[in-house]
Amino acid sequence: MAHAKGQQHPISIYLAIWGLLFVLSTMSYLVDYFGFQSYLRWSLILLFMLLKAGLIVSFFMHMRWERLALRCAILAPPIAVLVLVGLMTLEANYTLLTRLVFFAKDF
Amino acid sequence: MAYETVKGAEQAAAVPAGWQGLADDWSADRQVFKNVPWGKAMMWIFLLSDTFIFSIFLTSYMTVRMSTTVAWPNPSEVFALTIGGTEFPLILIAIMTFILISSSGTMAMAVNFGYRRERGKTAALMLVTAFFGLTFVGMQVFEWTKLIEEGVRPWGNPMGAAQFGSTFFMITGFHGLHVSVGVIILTIVALKVLRGDYERSGNYAAVEITGLYWHFVDLVWVFIFALFYLW
Repeated sequence: MAHAKGQQHPISIYLAIWGLLFVLSTMSYLVDYFGFQSYLRWSLILLFMLLKAGLIVSFFMHMRWERLALRCAILAPPIAVLVLVGLMTLEANYTLLTRLVFFAKDF
Repeated sequence: MAYETVKGAEQAAAVPAGWQGLADDWSADRQVFKNVPWGKAMMWIFLLSDTFIFSIFLTSYMTVRMSTTVAWPNPSEVFALTIGGTEFPLILIAIMTFILISSSGTMAMAVNFGYRRERGKTAALMLVTAFFGLTFVGMQVFEWTKLIEEGVRPWGNPMGAAQFGSTFFMITGFHGLHVSVGVIILTIVALKVLRGDYERSGNYAAVEITGLYWHFVDLVWVFIFALFYLW
């Protein structure tokens, strides 16, 4: 079994992922170069970011060949971060509103 | 009866007390992650904790950027470079991204050659990875110097919201520290590979564990690149 001797996969897989990461990075740079704005910009940035992160974790870090126990133990906890992001979005909007109402007389 | 006593004594001998007992209780016969060396499992758990540190940094950046009433400096302009009379937006950061991705590619191949027990190729690829890492840190030093000369400080800057400087120095500084530590670990492990340390045990998991750390550094940069520089 390949796992008993450590992660062993054909080099061609790594080269293919490497190439894909280059293409995705170029595409995310082009988003800025062409000056896309607003929701188109944000959705493209997030899409390329998640694709790149997924490729690195699943292939370079071998997560797709690990057992489910390890995958769940490592990949599930970061989902909690989304709760923090949600809470801080509410908090940031509240802070901004308070600042606009009480402090920013020029705005 | 005598049999019972002997068995009890055997069990007492098999379960040591004190610190050794504590270590054994937590490790022996309690394997959750099958086919994964403990060092690799521990590296994954460390990376998970590091994920939370960087998540908290990026979330605090999001919070201050959303809540400020002053306009945020445009990263596309702040990080633009003029090459041969033409101004390229964000070009330095793009080059840094490609360098870090390339280093991830060479690292993945080093892990592969390690398990094939090709020592020379493994060490060479790891040293190439470390060199890419050093180049990255060098470019970051250039970027920091340029921004500091332009008057960007953790407490303010001439381009806009004061929080730009504090989040920039904190996030990229902490990432740069990770890259620098990675370069040191890569060099040490590469030299150990060359010296044949892992040849004696036949276990090249150390190369894969180093690789996990290095890919994580690249992974964090993917998020910083998207959320700080491109947003």
